[in-house]
Amino acid sequence: MSALAHTGGSSGGGDDLKEPPKRGRWVPYALLAPGMIWLVVFFLIPMLVQGGTSLQTGGLEKGYEFSWHWATYADAFEQYYPQFLRSFGYAAAATVLCLVIGYPLAYAIAFKAGRWRGVWLVLVIAPFFTSFLVRTLAWKTILADNGVVVDVLNKLHFTDVTALLGLTEGDRVLATPLAVICGLTYNFLPFMVLPLYASLERIDGRLHEAAGDLYADPRTTFRKVTFPLSLPGVVSGTLLTFIPASGDYVNAAWLGSPDTGMAGNVIQTQFLRVLDYPTAAALSFILMLAIVLMVSAYIRKAGTEELV
Amino acid sequence: MTRWLRNHVITLFGILALAYMTLPNIVVLVFSFNNPNGKFNYTWNEFSLDAWKDPFGVAGIKDSLITSLEIAFLSTLIATALGTAIAFALGRYRFRGRGFTNTLLFLPMSMPEVVMGASLGTLFLNMRINFGFWTILIAHVMFCLSFVVVAVKARVLGMDPKLEEAAQDLYASPTQTFLRVTLPIAAPGIGAGALLAFSLSFDDFVITNFNSGDTVTFPMFVWGAAQRGTPPQINVIGSAMFFIAVAVVIVGQVRTNRKAKRPAS
Repeated sequence: MSALAHTGGSSGGGDDLKEPPKRGRWVPYALLAPGMIWLVVFFLIPMLVQGGTSLQTGGLEKGYEFSWHWATYADAFEQYYPQFLRSFGYAAAATVLCLVIGYPLAYAIAFKAGRWRGVWLVLVIAPFFTSFLVRTLAWKTILADNGVVVDVLNKLHFTDVTALLGLTEGDRVLATPLAVICGLTYNFLPFMVLPLYASLERIDGRLHEAAGDLYADPRTTFRKVTFPLSLPGVVSGTLLTFIPASGDYVNAAWLGSPDTGMAGNVIQTQFLRVLDYPTAAALSFILMLAIVLMVSAYIRKAGTEELV
Repeated sequence: MTRWLRNHVITLFGILALAYMTLPNIVVLVFSFNNPNGKFNYTWNEFSLDAWKDPFGVAGIKDSLITSLEIAFLSTLIATALGTAIAFALGRYRFRGRGFTNTLLFLPMSMPEVVMGASLGTLFLNMRINFGFWTILIAHVMFCLSFVVVAVKARVLGMDPKLEEAAQDLYASPTQTFLRVTLPIAAPGIGAGALLAFSLSFDDFVITNFNSGDTVTFPMFVWGAAQRGTPPQINVIGSAMFFIAVAVVIVGQVRTNRKAKRPAS
């Protein structure tokens, strides 16, 4: 992981920072205060309140009371663990696909696009300008039964293979796990491409020449020079894709079926439709805990200064 | 031929990836010209300009757009002000509590939206605050803040402190130095942060869904429409957003290019 250590030291240097003037020790705190108070009150405290709510019992009419009701967690987990498994499974599949699609794209932008680089980058970001809900709806059209895409996939027997893997059913793609994974991959691909591009673009071209001078063929150069130096981008791209994908519920709701519900779908339903707030809170708390564990493991490796 | 293919295989793959990313936008645009057969605009029926002639011809769509613009404008204003201040503190000063600050800024960017939305919604429920315009605004400022900090901080860290020292040497007061030197240098970062905040707020659905009550933003309208029926007007507005944003990017790019060519004054 020397590549991580490398970027950790390259920026965010504390050396240029100045000591606030003696009289003005409060200056940085005055600058921080309004924004940080906003985050504490509307981000940090809600997380804790949510922990409290998850331990309440009661109903809509009687009102809720705090009662250390741990059973909510056991019930929630027992009832909804398939959704959690699906969440992390679909998100992992989408992340791998994003990496497979996004790495060559980022590589092409960084090393092959030449003076068209700016145009390529705009093309990566531009689709974002249309509301993501509207774009996700478009996948309903693209993957529609008897549509061009599905016909071709059927002719190529692609759907037979995915059906064997349990990802599709019959000759449909819509309302199957494959459609959800495809939607997730599409929605979060830029989050993979941009950090990958940022770390590839930083690589000194002379390193490639040096590798060539030392008789490394292109494949070895990639394996021993380019890829290790792009690892920070791989790690942050993976996190930036996996985390939002595991919490998403729009793709599962629109492109999937009731059998493809993810954790986000359950939280949404419990909170907004069933109005069972303790269960919603417990589920969201479990999801948060899983994510925090993963992120903190990452922070310990890469340091926060680099990420913020 | 094979040699050419080997040299360009990555470029070709990249173009395919871009096509995958652009395909839905093309579908959205094409289907804005559809005259759907029935309530849902998912299959092609016949060409029609009706939706473009009357983009607000669906009950509620105009109000939702106005609400979204109002919230995006206000949350951009607040998040940019608060975020810029934080970025200056982080980019300029040594102080205790740096680690905590960085962690608190990083967490909202790394938390799934559904968790943030549900927990903030739980807070409002517990405090018996009614959901609506203001709760959406509070939520949007909360999740936009960190992104503004990231954009502005990069610019502040890249700033040459000698420029400010020079201004001071030339007897500029601290206020003058800030307004005439510091702020203009930081402006592109602040602008980028504001644009990011605006687009994040305007496009947010997940967090809004948990904190909106009866207030309908444009994404909430689309979510509802997906259950009731999707008029092509949704595609018209989606495509129009796309063209407006592309125009903003091109104008911005042309302006920075022109500035770069002009000799430094």
